[in-house]
Amino acid sequence: MRRNIAQVCPVRHLEARGTKGASLIELENVAYSYGGGELLSDISLELQPGSFHFLTGPSGAGKTTFLKLCYGALTPTSGTVRLFDVDRREMERDDIAMARRRIGVVHQDCQFLDHMSVSENIALPLMVSGRDLLGEAANLKELTGWVGLKERANARPPELSGGERQRAALARAVIMSPDVILADEPTGNVDWEMSQRLLRLLIELNRMGKTIMIATHDLALIRAAKAHVQARVLRIANRRLQLAGADL
Amino acid sequence: MLSGDVQADRVVPPTGFTASLTVFAAGAMAFLAVFALALSLATGRLADRWGDELARSSTVRISAPEGQLANQTQAALNVLETTTGVASARALTPEEQSALLEPWFGPDLPVDALPIPQLIEVIEEAEGFDPQGLRLRLAAEVPGAVLDDHTRWREPLVNAATRLRLLGWVSLLLIGATTAAMITLAANAALAANAQVIGVLRLVGAQDGYIVRAFVRRFTLRALAGAGVGVMLGCLAILALPAAQDQAGFLTGLGFRGWHWVWPLAVPPLAAAVAYLATRAAARKTLRDLP
Repeated sequence: MRRNIAQVCPVRHLEARGTKGASLIELENVAYSYGGGELLSDISLELQPGSFHFLTGPSGAGKTTFLKLCYGALTPTSGTVRLFDVDRREMERDDIAMARRRIGVVHQDCQFLDHMSVSENIALPLMVSGRDLLGEAANLKELTGWVGLKERANARPPELSGGERQRAALARAVIMSPDVILADEPTGNVDWEMSQRLLRLLIELNRMGKTIMIATHDLALIRAAKAHVQARVLRIANRRLQLAGADL
Repeated sequence: MLSGDVQADRVVPPTGFTASLTVFAAGAMAFLAVFALALSLATGRLADRWGDELARSSTVRISAPEGQLANQTQAALNVLETTTGVASARALTPEEQSALLEPWFGPDLPVDALPIPQLIEVIEEAEGFDPQGLRLRLAAEVPGAVLDDHTRWREPLVNAATRLRLLGWVSLLLIGATTAAMITLAANAALAANAQVIGVLRLVGAQDGYIVRAFVRRFTLRALAGAGVGVMLGCLAILALPAAQDQAGFLTGLGFRGWHWVWPLAVPPLAAAVAYLATRAAARKTLRDLP
């Protein structure tokens, strides 16, 4: 019988972290400039545990930049980013690495290590955190099955289709049982059926208590999600973050 | 470092031209290092030998008309026997004098028929003697005697040997620095070629130390292997050199003797240490420049 993702993922740490009620990621009056121009301005947002967000906006509006600020890959030009209650500016590089173990990231281009198999790529967060892979083998196998890649576990990433790559990236993002999952256009390269499948996986994770933020310009996806989950839809327009209108 | 982390080793793609470059550079530099070591040790031996042997011996040359040569030689020996700091003194036999001249005049030189000065070999005690005082006494009692305490030509020889030895050590340092530079270049190339790998590792929460270790161990082991082969070839080349001979002097004495053969064994670990430090510094710098 297929096990629930709560059994599959090593979620045992989730409750122990005790972040319920506090912001996991907080942006306060954040601005970010690049190449002499301001890309984002006066952005404030708190990501609460268990919340579900969509981030939308036209191409080039700064959605990816916003997500990078959220996982500490970029430092704001002004304002404050707090990751798990710690100011990003006060974090050492290794502190940021540790914070990223609590933030699963799914990129549109997935970013795999092409010389390693799919299952090894999914297990990469376990490897870098020094976990014993043998001890995690059962979880890894179940997780690979959960995203429907059991038969493709030994394939190399270039051999995967777009949808398979996205599911593998999602599996890699959740294997450490992170508090937050940030997905940047996760359905950008897949057909409607596959995007629905990915969305169902993300909704299932949210029901487990994970905080989800999906950057997408696919309004149909957002509408489909809102039928199943209470999601907040944010829009980046004119460098600022806005709550999207009721048309969504 | 040697046992390593099999999982960490897997994250960096195993191939690339940097692997060959590192192995070749380490091997070539180790080969050269063996010769530089041999040069340093051989010149060191030479400097010590010249310094020790010549510093404790002097020569008194007696030039006198044929009838007075024996008397003046005996008078000089008497003076030397009563000189403080002289351990022994003896007149060279005609055969010994002939042997000294043999390299220039051949083996059949009729020494007896030539007006050759008589040489007296003087061996000093550890504290030595006063050369100025001895010269004055010899001048007063043996007019045809000239004291040569070897200072005039010993010092330039010892200086030359010492500088050659220094040159050998400087060469070793340069070889080490060149090895570090080449491995740094190779490491930088590998880091640049694996920028995506590093990006992915950072994305999934790898700390800098983990990424650095993945690169450092690989380069260190490559340098160790390359240097091992280089040292082996270098030692074989040294063994193939002609054996040391008195006639050919220094040139045939280039090599290792006795326990000095242990020295080349230190080259591979040193090359590995250089590679470790060079790669670590390059990787740390690359990572510092990343967000």
